[in-house]
Amino acid sequence: MSGLNKIAAVVAGTFLSAAAMAENIAITGALVHTFDKQGSIENATVLIRDGKIESIMADGEAPKGYNSIDARGKIVTPGLIVAKSGLGLEEVSFSAGINDANFELKDAKELGASVDSQFGINMNSSLINVARIEGVTTVATGANYSNTLFQGQGSVISLGDINSPLLKTNAFMSINLSGAFVDSEGGSRAVVWPKLIRVLKEAASLNGKTLGINQEWNGEFAKTDVNALIPVVKGDMPLFVSADRVADIRQVIALKQRFDDLDLVLVHATEGWLVAEEIAEAGIPVVVNPESNLPFDFDELGATLKNAGRLSRAGVKVSIANVGKYSADSHNTRLVTQLAGNAVANGMPWADAMAALTVNPAELLDVEDTLGSLAKGKQADVVIWSGDPLEVMTYAEVVIINGEPITMESRQTKLRDRYMTLGQDMPYRYNRP
Amino acid sequence: MMKKNNRTQGGLRLLNLHAAMKLAFVAASGAFLVACSEKPPEQKPLAELKSNPFPSTYQPLPSVATVIKNVTILDGLGGLIENGMLLMQDGDIKAVGQTVSIPQDAKVIDGSGKWVTPGIIDTHSHLGVYPTPDVNAHSDGNEATKPVTAEVWAEHAVWPQDAGFSAALAGGITSLQILPGSANLVGGRTVTLKNVPNRSVQEMKFPEAPHGLKMACGENPKRVYGEKGGPSTRMGNVAGYRQAWIDAQEYKKKWDDYREKHANGENVEPPKQDLKLDTLAGVLNGEIKVHMHCYRADEMMVMMDVMKEFDYQISSFHHAVEAYKIADTLAENNVCASMWADWWGFKMEAYDAIQENIALVHQAKACAIVHSDSDLGIQRLNQEAAKVLGNAHRAGISISRADAWQWLSANPAKSMGVFDKTGSLEAGKDADVVLWSGDPFSTYTLAEHVYIDGALVYDANNPDIWPVSDFEVDQPGEGER
Repeated sequence: MSGLNKIAAVVAGTFLSAAAMAENIAITGALVHTFDKQGSIENATVLIRDGKIESIMADGEAPKGYNSIDARGKIVTPGLIVAKSGLGLEEVSFSAGINDANFELKDAKELGASVDSQFGINMNSSLINVARIEGVTTVATGANYSNTLFQGQGSVISLGDINSPLLKTNAFMSINLSGAFVDSEGGSRAVVWPKLIRVLKEAASLNGKTLGINQEWNGEFAKTDVNALIPVVKGDMPLFVSADRVADIRQVIALKQRFDDLDLVLVHATEGWLVAEEIAEAGIPVVVNPESNLPFDFDELGATLKNAGRLSRAGVKVSIANVGKYSADSHNTRLVTQLAGNAVANGMPWADAMAALTVNPAELLDVEDTLGSLAKGKQADVVIWSGDPLEVMTYAEVVIINGEPITMESRQTKLRDRYMTLGQDMPYRYNRP
Repeated sequence: MMKKNNRTQGGLRLLNLHAAMKLAFVAASGAFLVACSEKPPEQKPLAELKSNPFPSTYQPLPSVATVIKNVTILDGLGGLIENGMLLMQDGDIKAVGQTVSIPQDAKVIDGSGKWVTPGIIDTHSHLGVYPTPDVNAHSDGNEATKPVTAEVWAEHAVWPQDAGFSAALAGGITSLQILPGSANLVGGRTVTLKNVPNRSVQEMKFPEAPHGLKMACGENPKRVYGEKGGPSTRMGNVAGYRQAWIDAQEYKKKWDDYREKHANGENVEPPKQDLKLDTLAGVLNGEIKVHMHCYRADEMMVMMDVMKEFDYQISSFHHAVEAYKIADTLAENNVCASMWADWWGFKMEAYDAIQENIALVHQAKACAIVHSDSDLGIQRLNQEAAKVLGNAHRAGISISRADAWQWLSANPAKSMGVFDKTGSLEAGKDADVVLWSGDPFSTYTLAEHVYIDGALVYDANNPDIWPVSDFEVDQPGEGER
């Protein structure tokens, strides 16, 4: 490269980052996977205007008035959506102050259904930038652990504009019906399940009418819990149920037969593949961690790397998230691409694995009208990848959320840059990249 | 010429060296008879500590001479051979190169489109001591009863029926170090295994591998002991290590004095054996390698001073999420860092992690290692290295795949003291080898064949012969991976 060209390249680079701030963007030359009717388009031009996708076409050119991003040789996808996390609720998981992704209620009568994560969301959390510069643009976030039957209500947040992140509040209700949670609820499923059924029955008995403050109530459960469960039994708020073994999954399916309107989502579901057809027939979507292939307890004896692929092939709508049995790994939310890649390595079709990070979680969070796919009029959450996003050596080069390219920096990239060259004369705290 | 007396007595093996030597001298020269006869005839034989009471009974599995040809080879030392050949015979690597001569009876495998590497070695695993199922009854990794438990040995708790061993094997793990957990300042001895689980841990023990010693910095010990008599601070942690080394020095001196006096012909009683101090003195003698859980840069710097104060060597810091801040000092002090690619934030001392940590340690010419500390992560350490390469590339750091493989085999082998036997594809070394279905830096690539000492112990294409632990028999996951 001649000296002159080098300067030209630097100038072009500068222009690109300047372009990053503009409203109208044209991405040209990429292989675009829309996860919508247009399918995958080579050498496509994606036009973004006023925060929305204006058009996607083959062999187009950047019109005047658009800041153009040359993405030849790159891959473009919708921003990734993660169906379960504690992002925005926790900074350092333990021994470091409040972690809003966990809670313990003092009142033993409360079931936790009224707990609402939206009040704990902090968009200044360093985890937000760490996740979004790797292509994660939307997450469902809520509590992972509690001493109650329910882990409360979660929210859906966008990682773009940190001043107004909430896309949906009261977006889902969580309950964990495995292992330690059964332990803390009487130590037996014979206690937990009837209790769950009774509280849902009480909520259903209200026929959608919230109990008033002064209204007399002779139910078994607290007003707050029963009121909070009204949208759940109506099907307006999905119920995320963590369950692993076949017997528990069948109970979840049976729950849907007991309460017709329930909008159920299975989470973790280690042995889901063993009853994949039944799950598919019941129309219950599943959120899995495809790498969890060991029998961590007696609920997970059927653990296998093939779970995600087998569920998907049976017709289950699969979403992929970094979920464990008792938690979601918020810090490592960004590893969802590796999780999905390993699902592919073990039999899941690539398109299904990508759908598990885009259109499927959008559907189960009920944001598919605007997010999770690329089509005219949808919100412009777009990622330009250096290659196949599910390859471990690939990284996000440009991340656009709501039509705005984000700054590709995080606390981690800044620490890296501070220490990139050792042997500095001044103490490192004077080095502020 | 010298006969060993193998009687054992209270954990001591009596080594009747002195008496045997005396006899030899007598036979060699009558002139010494007088001099020798001046020594007290009643001197008791030298008592030595039995260094290996749980010896390896590992036997390489049956193998056939195997040649892999037309294959891309990473030798684990930074070399790459395209379209190369590898010969394994009698358990060893016999030849690696562009071409090798093929023995008549050899099985020949066409490796077109595939890659061959040394088997992956994990410096940090709790398989067997924290096995699956991960139930309370199986919690055998932390003797969390007092802060210094140098007397415990991980191998006494390794459950060979842990399903995780075979899952790791399918990820190309041929050797691994099992450590006690990090609750204690000094957690106990580690054990290095060949990944061929059988009925006992002895059958897995890597022959002649030195023991390691697990130590831990920072949050864990002070949290565990803060309300159990201490330490409750990092100050208390460091005082605890130093006191332990002082005790070990004293114990070592007792034994050194005893040996010296015995050699001088004095009739002396051996010191009483102390399991805890045996281990610590083993470190001071250079026989046991220190593996130290330490996240923060400042704590690693303190520990390297403690290391100099008591004249021992830390083989590797483990986790070392801030190694990038002090990579130059790690290189100067010849201390490895065993690291994750990107885990972070689960506790305060893991807050400053960066995704380029391993790359920056490598760039500083320090010994960088990819480790797992996870029964899931251990199944894809090649991908962890790949993520580092990708992230390094984004940050403008160029490292080749061939160089990066050192993080997965040679450097871990060096830190565990087994590099003379494994960790690279060199003639004469154990044939611990993985044939990958493609580029091992791709998410989609699988370990197709795994060889340990030349024996094919895993074949991805033949599920019928996948190893199944006793625990998995007749369970829903039997034969799944």
